Amino acid sequence: MSVKTDSGPEAAPRPSLAESRGDRLRRMFSSRIASAVAVLIAALWTIPTAGLFISSLRPEDDIRTTGWWNVFSEPNFTLDTYNYVLYSTSAGGGLIRNLVNTVVITIPGVIIPVVFAAMAAYALSWIDFKGRNTLYIAIFALQVVPIQMALIPLLSFFSKGLAIGDFTIVPAWQLDGVNTIVQVWIAHSIFGLPLAIFLLHNFMRELPGDVMEAARIDGASHSQIFRKVVLPLVTPALASIGIFQFLWVWNDFLVGRTFGGGEATRPLTAVLGDMAGTWGFGWTRLPAAAFIAIIVPLLVFLLLQRYFVRGLLAGSVKG
Amino acid sequence: MDISALTARFGLLAVGLAAFAVVMLALYGIAELASRRNRSRLVASVFLFPALLFLGVGLVYPAVRTFVMSFFNGDGTQFIAFDNYAWVFSDDDALQTLVNTALWIVIVPALSTALGLVYAVLIDGRRGERVYKALVFLPMGISFVGASIIWKFVYQYKASGDQLGLLNQLLVWVGLDPVNWLNNFPTNNFLLMVVLVWIEVGFATVVLSAALKGVPTEIIEAARIDGASPAQIFWNVTVPSIRSAIVVVAVTVFIATLKLFDIVRAMTGGHHGTDVLAHNMWDQAFRLGNDGRGATMAVLLFALVIPVVIYQVRNIRRQELEAR
Repeated sequence: MSVKTDSGPEAAPRPSLAESRGDRLRRMFSSRIASAVAVLIAALWTIPTAGLFISSLRPEDDIRTTGWWNVFSEPNFTLDTYNYVLYSTSAGGGLIRNLVNTVVITIPGVIIPVVFAAMAAYALSWIDFKGRNTLYIAIFALQVVPIQMALIPLLSFFSKGLAIGDFTIVPAWQLDGVNTIVQVWIAHSIFGLPLAIFLLHNFMRELPGDVMEAARIDGASHSQIFRKVVLPLVTPALASIGIFQFLWVWNDFLVGRTFGGGEATRPLTAVLGDMAGTWGFGWTRLPAAAFIAIIVPLLVFLLLQRYFVRGLLAGSVKG
Repeated sequence: MDISALTARFGLLAVGLAAFAVVMLALYGIAELASRRNRSRLVASVFLFPALLFLGVGLVYPAVRTFVMSFFNGDGTQFIAFDNYAWVFSDDDALQTLVNTALWIVIVPALSTALGLVYAVLIDGRRGERVYKALVFLPMGISFVGASIIWKFVYQYKASGDQLGLLNQLLVWVGLDPVNWLNNFPTNNFLLMVVLVWIEVGFATVVLSAALKGVPTEIIEAARIDGASPAQIFWNVTVPSIRSAIVVVAVTVFIATLKLFDIVRAMTGGHHGTDVLAHNMWDQAFRLGNDGRGATMAVLLFALVIPVVIYQVRNIRRQELEAR
């Protein structure tokens, strides 16, 4: 939180003091190169995505025979492929089902961890109890534990339950069909918690102590302070973390593929990942299918970039 | 498409959200009762309970379990001590996986951070800085799978006729023969790395560019008046001033690189000598059904992040002390 995101008046163009003509030429020359490099990087970062978007709008026969850049000489566009991948009942179609899965997975997959994290972060920053710091550091350290460490036992926890010897602590969940999605909710909530707690703790701890003190003197309980004082004050932070988690869940492949059950209940990205991996017969429909998955997070990202960047800086740049 | 298939899904969503609301209300009631009695320990445990339950059951316990599993055979029925580890360090494919992972975790963080820094410096204060930044930042919003598909089309290969992939078309335009990039070991590894760098440079640019704005202009101006060249200013003033941001970016990208699964899965499936730890772990456990080997791969992955954990914990300890 020590980094300023906007440039103040001091960042205005610097006045050049006593510059010789040679210096000036050299500066203009290097500024030309700098411009060229900046434009080159910007182009490299944009053209591949633009290519996929153009491909997604071309007829499948065109995709199969010529590169996307040919649209500039012979433009030929159609929405048929989008229609097919979303609604067709034939092979490689019907992705609307997986798109709905993604939506159904994402909403609780964002709400549950953010709410739980807000509660935990409040306790870790404003309730006094023994071992608070140790607990916080432990949760903080969990952030970097690769989720690969948890996958096999967590999956067996859902399918076989939890038992010590013959003593069953939690029976098998026996989820099937659409209900398999519950597993994905829980897995996303677990894996999203450490980062969300860390970020929210950072924000909450910076709240002014005298506001809390005043509320306490007025007789407010912890749950009242949490609801009426803290939550309204950290709303921007909740937005940042919500966007983070949204992007992570919507774009996730690993968790959805591992816990999502059969293809009918997997999220869109998980199905796409497999389609891309096998590069089978329907590869010409891949651009349209991929773009359906890409467009929603991209829009959210563009519209709410400010919140995202704020969260990013709070989480990563510490002075 | 049957509409009932969709309503069943939204029905589940409604039930799930309702159940969650009920649980939250119950927890809130308990917290309220406890706060009135002024028992802060009890209040704290109510506030922490859901998070700690999830982390304990879903992360801490499984991690310990995975560690234990790495000493057992494929279906977990027989204790085999260090056989899985011996396999990792003797099997050719497994060794290739380790070598690839080593390349990834060195090249990707270094390249992403360097490119992000160069780009941030180049566009700093330039007209249209926001647009430049947004263009490079955009891939951050695209999933790894989406990015893989985007680049798979760039690398696409056809033995003859019109090329469909831009990279091969560029080769053809300058008079060279097209290459089957993704099957071509060891180049294919670097082409996969390009995809992750493409995603992470935006992150590096945004963080480093914000850090650059924090460098006082007086220092740079003073150095310039003293006759320092732009290169000298960059290396001796700018870079040291934003060192902590550079470290944070490199560490963050390092962790992301280590956990990388999607790009390898979607682009090559780990074939043609492109496998990495995090992907091989999944392949062993969930495709080949060998939990012991999968767990071993996960443990190796964890071993690689331990230095980062120690470094981070030290940092935060110091901050806690300073805050006091």
